[in-house]
Amino acid sequence: MIASLNQALRMALKSINGNKLRAVLTMLGIIIGVMALVILVSLVNGATSSVTGAVSRLGTDLLTVTISDDKGQPVTLSDLSDWAAAENIGLTAAWQTESAVGKSGETAESVQLTGTTAAYYDIQGLELLLGRYLKSADVENHSKVCVLNETAAKELLGYTDCLGESIALNGLAFTVVGILADDDSSLTSALSSGTLAVHIPYTALIRLSSSVSSHITSFYVSAPEGGTMEQAEAAMTAILMERLRQDEDAFTLSNQNMLEDAMSSITSVLTILLGGIAAISLVVGGIGIMNIMLVTVTERTREIGIRKAIGASRGTILQQFLLESVVLCMLGCAIGIFLSWVCLKVVGVVVASLELSFTMNLTVVLIAVLFCFLIGVGFGLYPANKAARMKPIDALHCG
Amino acid sequence: MIRIKDLCKTYQIGDEPVHALDHACLHVAPGEFVGIIGPSGSGKSTLMNIIGCLDVADSGQYLLDGIPIENYSENQLAAIRNRKIGFVFQSFNLIPKLTAEENVELPLIYQGVKKPERMERVAAALQRVELTKRANHFPTELSGGQQQRVAIARAIVTRPSLILADEPTGNLDSKTTLEIMAIFHELHRQGNTIVLITHDDSVAAQAQRSIHILDGRLREVKGS
Repeated sequence: MIASLNQALRMALKSINGNKLRAVLTMLGIIIGVMALVILVSLVNGATSSVTGAVSRLGTDLLTVTISDDKGQPVTLSDLSDWAAAENIGLTAAWQTESAVGKSGETAESVQLTGTTAAYYDIQGLELLLGRYLKSADVENHSKVCVLNETAAKELLGYTDCLGESIALNGLAFTVVGILADDDSSLTSALSSGTLAVHIPYTALIRLSSSVSSHITSFYVSAPEGGTMEQAEAAMTAILMERLRQDEDAFTLSNQNMLEDAMSSITSVLTILLGGIAAISLVVGGIGIMNIMLVTVTERTREIGIRKAIGASRGTILQQFLLESVVLCMLGCAIGIFLSWVCLKVVGVVVASLELSFTMNLTVVLIAVLFCFLIGVGFGLYPANKAARMKPIDALHCG
Repeated sequence: MIRIKDLCKTYQIGDEPVHALDHACLHVAPGEFVGIIGPSGSGKSTLMNIIGCLDVADSGQYLLDGIPIENYSENQLAAIRNRKIGFVFQSFNLIPKLTAEENVELPLIYQGVKKPERMERVAAALQRVELTKRANHFPTELSGGQQQRVAIARAIVTRPSLILADEPTGNLDSKTTLEIMAIFHELHRQGNTIVLITHDDSVAAQAQRSIHILDGRLREVKGS
């Protein structure tokens, strides 16, 4: 009994076409709502992806391990070199920092001491300007050698080319064997730019500092060539679980992915917030549709009467008016999506210099379409049902 | 065809109950052309609504084509109106946004008739009321007589058992009235059953049989 969907669709389009201005004004709410939703979410996503891109370029290829409870079996340097040989693990480097006073001649500066091993160079992806980095032999022999960063060399000695010079760290004399290039490409160095960094063998730091012992509490781990960080993390976790008697609270593993995770949780909250606000405007648009549909039903009471008299069932009338509101919504949705696309293109051109890419997010488009459909049905149902419930004689003799 | 027995319908207007139909009885045989005549307020419209399955009576029996109408749901009544009854109204009741052709097509769409057959039957119906040339005009572009002919085409396109005309000439001048009545006579000759409701004696007189309605009671005026 219900007329075919195709027929009903044509009727709906015809009726919308019959009152273009009203249709456009009605759709305006939906158009603006869809634009708000699509543009805002796409902008947030664009900004997010460029920021997380920047974060991940800062290096996510190392794990930081901190041991808080060694269960009476302290980790030593030889343990670390054993673990470095394990499957799925690349390099390991013990690591501890201290602040100390660096002295050269009359100059005294506060420096950031890093006690570590040779592998630190590769794990952190450091770059040498001059000389060499710490070697395994330096660590084994507790050698009093140090590697300065460029800033430290300039501040302490006044010039960069200072290999072989001697500086005093907390009163102990160390020989400069290498100069590291200052670079901002890794997150840690970017955050600590301007500091005077001095790298010394881990074993040397033990002698220098009262708080650092041969019991290693923190170290870096990298993945082997061709391996992934996930595998390295799993392997390291397995080793530590075994070593620390299956107590997962005795150690922590972290990587810079956590920074990304934090970023993405912030931006997803932002997306939901903005999307929610846009969704409210869509709902307001839906109320506009309902309002106009109610007016339409009242205006067309007589038409409904005629249609019922010549045999339209309740379902047919319901379908007709429901389809009209859905078509209105979807039309508004399509126009809104198109205009959003145009806006994003324009924004993309305007901010092209900022290396931000604002592309339309397909997911949000799908959500917008689905949401508009639900609004069309939801807010169309009441007016359509009102039309369908009209008694044919009342409807016929009205007006 | 139509068999009505002891039909009652009471409306409540204010505190006053109004007996629009008071134990009305009516029998219309297939192929008959019956005129029902009565002044306004006599219960004509109520009778017409009940015969046309637009409304149901409070009590009594109504058999259309041997089917008792009382117990049907609204949707079943819609189906009966669609297939068995062709309406012609005083105020034409065409849908202004649809062309003549589309107006005539509408009941067939509701029947679910396929497009090619629909077009064929619409063309035939418009041919019978001699409006083929005006098929693509909108109702506002047609004269009153032409609009009523479109309405008649819409009524006959479903090949109904009964053509129910409610004051079909009420809004027309005398010349057009003659044209429309000629069409009804033609339809009658072709074997259609027609019930025509009017307050105009001269129109009612053209029917095969006239029935008077007054205060909800029916009375035979002349037989054939």
